[in-house]
Amino acid sequence: MTAETKRIAVTLETLLDSVDLAEDITLRVAEAAGFDEDNRYRIGMSVREAMINAVEYGNQHSRGKKIFLVLELEPHKLVIHIRDQGPGFDLKDIPDPLAEENLLRTSGRGIFLMRAFMDEFDLRRAPQGGAELVMAKRYSGAGPGAPEPRSGGKEE
Amino acid sequence: MSFKATAREASGVMVVDVSGRITLGEGSAMLREMVRDLLDKGQKRIILNLGDVNYIDSSGIGELVSGFTTVKNQGGELKLLNLTKKVHDLLQITKLYTVFDVHNDEGSAVSSFRG
Repeated sequence: MTAETKRIAVTLETLLDSVDLAEDITLRVAEAAGFDEDNRYRIGMSVREAMINAVEYGNQHSRGKKIFLVLELEPHKLVIHIRDQGPGFDLKDIPDPLAEENLLRTSGRGIFLMRAFMDEFDLRRAPQGGAELVMAKRYSGAGPGAPEPRSGGKEE
Repeated sequence: MSFKATAREASGVMVVDVSGRITLGEGSAMLREMVRDLLDKGQKRIILNLGDVNYIDSSGIGELVSGFTTVKNQGGELKLLNLTKKVHDLLQITKLYTVFDVHNDEGSAVSSFRG
């Protein structure tokens, strides 16, 4: 076992297919990291929701823009960055989906699910522009500390 | 598993057996179309049997809500049947479990429309 952070970076097209691709890549990494099925589901769902945000609300389906997915296997947690090239947004502008008046809205639950499913969640305005969602899931209960990815993935 | 939905009639109620993932794109769109088709045919008593749905994202949740309100606005009812643990938990944390009429038994779901 090593204490160094392993980093996988993927640049994705602004396409709905990229949502599935990002989820698949993340699930493989999470499995290699030793997360159990329940936590893999939560991590995969969070990435899916972040990607949907990036495609639909960030890059607004603009094919000229990219989405940057970074997975970092730190000693005690998996950290996920998803950055788009859109105008950015503020969390305080996102309506509470649990408020009575919002319960029957057909959208607006993505951020809530990411917050519910991940141990850490943050929204940053990326220096390059765009919104960057940063989420983390600790290995606790998922395996013995920092794992060695078994195979696949590009390390930097 | 890809999305699939098949409608059948049970004592005057349309039961839609749904399987696969209800997610952004195909799954959500096909579910919307299915509910719209049933309403167009005058079928306003609808049960979505989600027993084989193992994954729903926020878009899928939105589609369930959309179906619920669309059917209700046309004077009908849309109920849910056989939630898997993942779907049950998602509806719990989003506070939608109490919005939908959820059943674990098809007979009770069908008979709940009577009266």
